[in-house]
Amino acid sequence: MSRIPEGWEAVIGLEVHCQLSTQSKIFSGSAIAYGAEPNTQASPIDLGMPGMLPVLNVDAVKKAVTFGLSVGAKIAPRSVFARKHYFYPDLPKGYQISQYELPIVFEGHLDIELEDGASKRIGITRAHLEEDAGKSVHEGFQKSSGIDLNRAGTPLIEIVSEPDIRTAAEAVAYLKKLHQIVVYLGICDGNMQEGSFRCDANVSVRKVGAPKFGTRTETKNVNSFRYVEKAIEYEIERQIEVIEAGGTIRQETRLFNPDTGETRAMRSKEDANDYRYFPDPDLLPVVCTPEYIDAIRGSLPELPDAKRARFEKDFGLSDYDAKTLTSSRELAAYYEAVVAASGAEAKLCANWVATDLLGALNKLSKDITESPISADALAGMLKRIADKTISGKLAKDVFEAMLNGEGSADDIIKAKGLVQITDESAIIAAIDDVIARNPQQVADYRSGKDKLFGFFVGQAMKATQGKANPDALNRLLKERLAG
Amino acid sequence: MHKLSIAELAAGLREKRFSSRELTQAYLKRIDSFDGAINSYVTVTAERALKQADAADARIAAGDAGLLTGIPLGQKDIFCTTGVRTACGSQMLDKFIAPYDATIVEKLDAAGMVMLGKLNMDEFAMGSSNETSFYGPVSNPWDKTRVPGGSSGGSVAAVAAGLCPVATATDTGGSIRQPAALTNLTGIKPTYGRVSRYGMIAFASSLDQAGVVARSAEDAAQVLQAMSGFDAKDSTSVERPVDDLVSGLGQSIKGLTIGLPKEYFADGMAPGVRARVEEAIATLTRLGVNFREISLPNSPLSVPTYYVVAPAEASSNLARFDGVRYGHRAEGAKSLEELYKRSRGEGFGAEVQRRIMIGTYVLSHGYYDAYYLQAQKVRRLIYDDFKRAFADGIDLILGPTATDVAFKFGQNSDDPVAMYLNDIYTIAANLAGIPAMSLPCGFVDGLPTGFQLMGNFFSEARMLNVAHQYQQATDFHTQWPTEYAS
Repeated sequence: MSRIPEGWEAVIGLEVHCQLSTQSKIFSGSAIAYGAEPNTQASPIDLGMPGMLPVLNVDAVKKAVTFGLSVGAKIAPRSVFARKHYFYPDLPKGYQISQYELPIVFEGHLDIELEDGASKRIGITRAHLEEDAGKSVHEGFQKSSGIDLNRAGTPLIEIVSEPDIRTAAEAVAYLKKLHQIVVYLGICDGNMQEGSFRCDANVSVRKVGAPKFGTRTETKNVNSFRYVEKAIEYEIERQIEVIEAGGTIRQETRLFNPDTGETRAMRSKEDANDYRYFPDPDLLPVVCTPEYIDAIRGSLPELPDAKRARFEKDFGLSDYDAKTLTSSRELAAYYEAVVAASGAEAKLCANWVATDLLGALNKLSKDITESPISADALAGMLKRIADKTISGKLAKDVFEAMLNGEGSADDIIKAKGLVQITDESAIIAAIDDVIARNPQQVADYRSGKDKLFGFFVGQAMKATQGKANPDALNRLLKERLAG
Repeated sequence: MHKLSIAELAAGLREKRFSSRELTQAYLKRIDSFDGAINSYVTVTAERALKQADAADARIAAGDAGLLTGIPLGQKDIFCTTGVRTACGSQMLDKFIAPYDATIVEKLDAAGMVMLGKLNMDEFAMGSSNETSFYGPVSNPWDKTRVPGGSSGGSVAAVAAGLCPVATATDTGGSIRQPAALTNLTGIKPTYGRVSRYGMIAFASSLDQAGVVARSAEDAAQVLQAMSGFDAKDSTSVERPVDDLVSGLGQSIKGLTIGLPKEYFADGMAPGVRARVEEAIATLTRLGVNFREISLPNSPLSVPTYYVVAPAEASSNLARFDGVRYGHRAEGAKSLEELYKRSRGEGFGAEVQRRIMIGTYVLSHGYYDAYYLQAQKVRRLIYDDFKRAFADGIDLILGPTATDVAFKFGQNSDDPVAMYLNDIYTIAANLAGIPAMSLPCGFVDGLPTGFQLMGNFFSEARMLNVAHQYQQATDFHTQWPTEYAS
């Protein structure tokens, strides 16, 4: 990561557009599924046809309030929809219904974790409800463009941060945290490729200690965490270069080009629209009573930070494991199900889930919800480790077989005869056989080559097809080698 | 047949003196004979009407008919009708056919009413004379050299000439009441939110309200009853049961207190109109109504307030007409900006363009606070005036509807402000959201005039009863323009 030159400071604020995963649009009954044939999910209301009127989807309100409560924000007892006017072919009514002076959520915050482990609080100025626009389609048209209004009217919350962010890394940490929360809450599918979670970055630079912010630019629609990082880094560097060369920064909107990693000017402030906001007379103010807000507060799921703290405390997990296992709500639920069903040590469960399972899923490019091994199945295997039926080493084979769909842990243990040998006489017989076949190594070991112990373990394990109880094998091997 | 009231028509249908088909055919024939000179219909839907009439006749035969089943009506061309063009008086929508019905169209269809056609109007309901219509001006049946008022000029002219028994209309600043007064009709604009706006093309959303023009308060009550009610598709419609507007029409009005706002009786009213309104007050006094002078001190601010709020909302509501998805699209535009400018420049007439510009200006950055916000504050004061009056024991308010009788074509065309002042008595009710109606009270030099009643929210039943009692005691509303009487 590039560094900000000595003496300079960047000031960054982010605007995130988060699509709410409601069944239908914010002001009409149309479905909002991604990827449908163009204009098949656009009703006369979405098309902005004459005489059509918006009717607010209350589930969108509930999801916005859910978000607000999860970032410690205030919920407006009365918020107001306003019309934001501009002409564009993908904006059917010539205005977007948004919230302006009275947003539904305001004054929240998010605590992010910095690279050095320290925590930093980023203010959330507001989050307001609005409708998405449609899309212009240029492919497949000659000398014209198509308009797809399926997306028009999809509910969004626009989450606006305070200019509290100072580096690209902080920006990414903030975004990732925000992303995790909205996905945890189940209010957004978080799919950045499909545009469910989009970010605009406001960036300015100033000399450290300067009393005022510099002129900012807004870089639009940077749709991955990596692009956000690159776009912000590029913008900081560019602005500092311009100023150091004696130039000034123009307030403008810029576009990030992922191929070059650069941003370029799209339109300046002078060209900006006068949006002529005014309260939408077709919609009543949104009223959130204290009872309504309390009911939503009461049904909030446990959020990542709280879950992580609980995992550390209740399961005795390391900070690292706890963080990994709470990175998604599904993964945390999986882990808790494994612990509960196996009765095995929580730490052991954590190792298997966080290391073996996640490692395997990663290779398969699957996420936890697509795991070929269910939580119950993994718990079945962990039970056999706990009751010493199989060793940890044998368990690796069982795990592989389970991944391959060969059945439950018990089926596999039985089918492969993987039951651990705990009968000491059988182990001693194997050891004695190894000693008898390797006189030179025995002599060397006894003359002080301790390192050879591993060789004998390996040979003895091999002789038992890996089934010997490792503790017993070690103890007995030491005794026999001692002569 | 065209002079019968709705109740009489319903009785005739029930008693099989004529069928709905015959009734419909009779009206279609009248339209054919007379509308060439009046221009009240922009679309006559004969085929659809006869189908509806046959369906109504079947319902009547099956004993499944309501009062309105089989009764013809005209729909103002602002209400969307599936499969029938809805042009809203504009070239912009000259080829627009909605794939949906307005809620009121649906309701009146369901009641079994027969739509004869779509009625002419000022372009996007912006006008007080029906001279801004793309489909040409409408003549006043009482004097064809004069305007019928607006914006519901087609609605009133059609009813006044007997080209339909009753018509729907809309009122944003007086567009039902002023034309009703100018054509000897009874027109009612109910409380804002009483009738759904779904499928009614918006002019100024916070002021627009659908209503009826009819030849009597009784007829108006019957049709308004069927149009009213909560609609989940309109967030501003009010979830409250609809009062029975019809069965209370016989009640005595003795002891009611009607307020006379002194601001409405100051200068500005033509002497002949004043005389007729004062006679109406005398008649009502004889019927036992008490009159009291009241003050609505902010009413002189109505017109300037309205001409900020209404254009602001209009400029926004009309932004959707961009030539992209439906409506007029300019030929051969080379760029997106050119497509917008030319489509809108060609599709909208001068008055609509003027209001879009005013509205855009008052919402612009730096002007919003001075105009729009200020107007909203004044609007609140105007509402408070009414609230105070009603809290002070006033049952209804009475005043003139229009400053004068119908004027000649072109008389106010070059002076928008003079035209806007036509609405001086009617606008306040829209700004406050209260119901109001106009009813005939006599003639000045052979031209009709009317007076206005305004009531508290949801006082339509009381207002209509007063109007009905007045009409029982007078015969102004039964007069016909000679040419259309027989």
